[in-house]
Amino acid sequence: MMRWLRPVIITLGLMLLWQLIVWLTDAPHFILPGPLRVLETLIAQFPLLMKHAGITLAEILLGLLLGTLLGLISALSLVTWGGLRRWLMPVLVVSQAIPVFALAPVLMLWLGYGMASKVAMATLIIYFPVTAACFDGLRQTPTGYLQLARTLGANRRAQLLQIRLPAALPAFGSGLRVAASVAPIGAVVGEWVGSSTGLGYLMLNANARMQVDLMFAALMVLAVMALALYFSVNLIARRLTPWLQESTSSTTRGDSQ
Amino acid sequence: MEIRIEQASLHWQQHCVFTDLNLTLPAGQWTSILGQSGVGKSSLLQLLCGIADDADIRGRIQCSDGLPLEGRVAWMAQQDLLLPWLSLRDNVLLAARLTQSRSASTEQRELALYLLQQVGLGERADALPAQLSGGQRQRVALARTLFQDKPLVCMDEPFSALDAINRLKLQDLAAELLADRTVLMITHDPLEALRLSNRILVLQGSPASLSAPLLPAGATPRPVSDPQVLQQQAQLLTLLAETVT
Ligand SMILES: Nc1ncnc2c1ncn2[C@@H]1O[C@H](COP(=O)(O)OP(=O)(O)OP(=O)(O)O)[C@@H](O)[C@H]1O
Ligand SMILES: [Mg+2]
Repeated sequence: MMRWLRPVIITLGLMLLWQLIVWLTDAPHFILPGPLRVLETLIAQFPLLMKHAGITLAEILLGLLLGTLLGLISALSLVTWGGLRRWLMPVLVVSQAIPVFALAPVLMLWLGYGMASKVAMATLIIYFPVTAACFDGLRQTPTGYLQLARTLGANRRAQLLQIRLPAALPAFGSGLRVAASVAPIGAVVGEWVGSSTGLGYLMLNANARMQVDLMFAALMVLAVMALALYFSVNLIARRLTPWLQESTSSTTRGDSQ
Repeated sequence: MEIRIEQASLHWQQHCVFTDLNLTLPAGQWTSILGQSGVGKSSLLQLLCGIADDADIRGRIQCSDGLPLEGRVAWMAQQDLLLPWLSLRDNVLLAARLTQSRSASTEQRELALYLLQQVGLGERADALPAQLSGGQRQRVALARTLFQDKPLVCMDEPFSALDAINRLKLQDLAAELLADRTVLMITHDPLEALRLSNRILVLQGSPASLSAPLLPAGATPRPVSDPQVLQQQAQLLTLLAETVT
């Protein structure tokens, strides 16, 4: 019961705080609209918001899928081929010195103002965290498991698929969680830099036209979307590792009891 | 199949565990090694199983049939090494799962269940290892080792986590199921060694060397009340205590 009540109470509390700030600072509604006003706009502009939200969601999900797949494949190749690791690892680390946001204009130039450039942004921003998490997970298989597998006559393929991969699933899960929380940032930043659809575009556009309440409504939709995404991914990650017990992993899973 | 280790030496980084060690495991006999903690028993076992990767190894391992030993040893480690994502049954079936492309056959599944029943965990076959106690986990590891049908069986303190009664029961089970195998067992318990072994050696010193073998007479598993067992237990304890000084 409390489990379901608590989020509701927290949400209401935050709304109240928000309203309080509006009252105390006496801010005009075009600087900081109150929560009720934003809710009103949310309902009034619902179709418009949903249209843009759908596009942003598609960008985030595509980016998440591509980034995760690429990260997983990279991590697998890095552990499988030692030669590749020695050459590619430094390149990967150096590539992290370039902020992904700084690449946004370049991506617009190459991929155009459509969805492709935003998907690329989201993919790029999660690629490294996912690769790093999977790579660490795959490398840190307890040596005893691998020794046992060898005495049992497992070839390298069986060792990878049946020992190292399952042993890396918890690490992969935390990589996924990080990815789910940063992918929306990639997509929205991409939309800010240049686009004609999506929540990021809607926010910039509303801001320019002093429709601050619409901007806040878009922000709320974005927040709800990001939260829903995080919790679904969290759920998937837990399904992947059913053998981890609640007590030992609730802190690492960011799980609310 | 008789196995001979000749002139073996093993170093972990700069630390010399043993040099010029010779050990013969006669075919079909149960050999036990005792020795103090940290003397190098587990290292010797890893050398025999070909999994001491980080160690610097020298020496030869010869089998009486002239073929390499690789792939013909079953290893039960000091830790149970149960895979946490597999059920007990699948952990016992691990050898089949890792080497066959098809899933385990009905006979294999039955054998796994039979072994789990023998170690007293038949009803928990579908549980995950995380739900077990330390001794229960060790019993599953024993079942997994018995499931492998290998000519040489190496066990590192296989009964160390068990209570006295279960220990005797599982010793009898192991003695029965491994009756005509070549077995090398490491243990800290002289009584256990005396019940099960045909030959008992003590590993001592640094770098470590093996004592002359003690050869208890009679069929195994010997009863705990056997006067010869009790007398030799005192003898072994003296031998072990000597190594302190
Ligand atoms: N993987 C390793 N890397 C480096 N040193 C090791 C490694 N394994 C064992 N050693 C060292 O080798 C020595 C012998 O260790 P070993 O595990 O063989 O002892 P043991 O006789 O099995 O002891 P115990 O009865 O406590 O299990 C120890 O000094 C230990 O520090
Ligand atoms: Mg040991």
